[in-house]
Amino acid sequence: MDFDQWMLALHVLSAFSLIAGLILFWVLIVVGRNIDTPADTLRLGPVARVGNATVGIGMGGTILFGVYLAFAIDGYAIWDGWILAALVLWFVGAELGRRTGAEYIRAPRKAMELEEAGQAGPNPELLALNRTSRGVLLHSVTSLVALLILIDMIWKPGA
Amino acid sequence: MSVLATVRPDSWNFPLFVHVLGAMILVGGLVAGASALAFARGDAKLLRLGFWSLMLVSFPGWVLMRLGAQWIYSQEGFSGDNDPTWLGIGFAAADIGLLVLLVTIGVAYWWRRSGKPLAGHIVAGLSTVYLLLLAVAWLAMAGKWG
Repeated sequence: MDFDQWMLALHVLSAFSLIAGLILFWVLIVVGRNIDTPADTLRLGPVARVGNATVGIGMGGTILFGVYLAFAIDGYAIWDGWILAALVLWFVGAELGRRTGAEYIRAPRKAMELEEAGQAGPNPELLALNRTSRGVLLHSVTSLVALLILIDMIWKPGA
Repeated sequence: MSVLATVRPDSWNFPLFVHVLGAMILVGGLVAGASALAFARGDAKLLRLGFWSLMLVSFPGWVLMRLGAQWIYSQEGFSGDNDPTWLGIGFAAADIGLLVLLVTIGVAYWWRRSGKPLAGHIVAGLSTVYLLLLAVAWLAMAGKWG
């Protein structure tokens, strides 16, 4: 494998890492819908941190290796329509992901508050935070954007 | 470099999309399941989460990935004679991977029911083996070995 093939392989690996992280968060969203106690909410923390790491590596790697490939490969240019579309979608996805994270961090924060106050039992407010419909909507749109990037990368419209 | 920039025929795109999306779901379910099981330390809820992630996310992902692989294989006109090395590695990783995945799911179920630490060690080992297998497939397919 030459250097550019390694860059492509790492670009693809980053994309896998990103989507794997999004899927991991889907699993947590589904599981979280039935969680109403601080201990159970906080128990998901380490798994969520794995998701944060895979999404972070995925976001960083896709843009870094992707932009490199756009410049390095003869047949592609950074101003190609499908590459510009991917870049725009990447930034939209990054912002949506940031907002999704901000929405879902509220439940573990509340859980910590409850634990500090010595309230270990079920809490309706915590359940509502774990079931946030705004969070589900944001994560759905983020996943849709990631799917559009994948479609753009495979079909390469205009290439 | 020009090989990297080659644009494939349009008819190959959808099967490739199915294959890649399935592989991503497979990896996502595996990462979610393995993480939940790794952090479970005997906790029944995380053990259940890990088991169901493997069962309801990874396994359907594998099916989608394998269907897409077979579909694009037939689209590209391969016959089994003189197929490129990367293709053989990809199929081997997929098919051996199914066995590893099913055994992992089985042992995860046993772990969930019994809570025995030995089952946890086996699941951790099998998940690592499977991720390594997928890494080899990823390298072979991305680098088009052979």
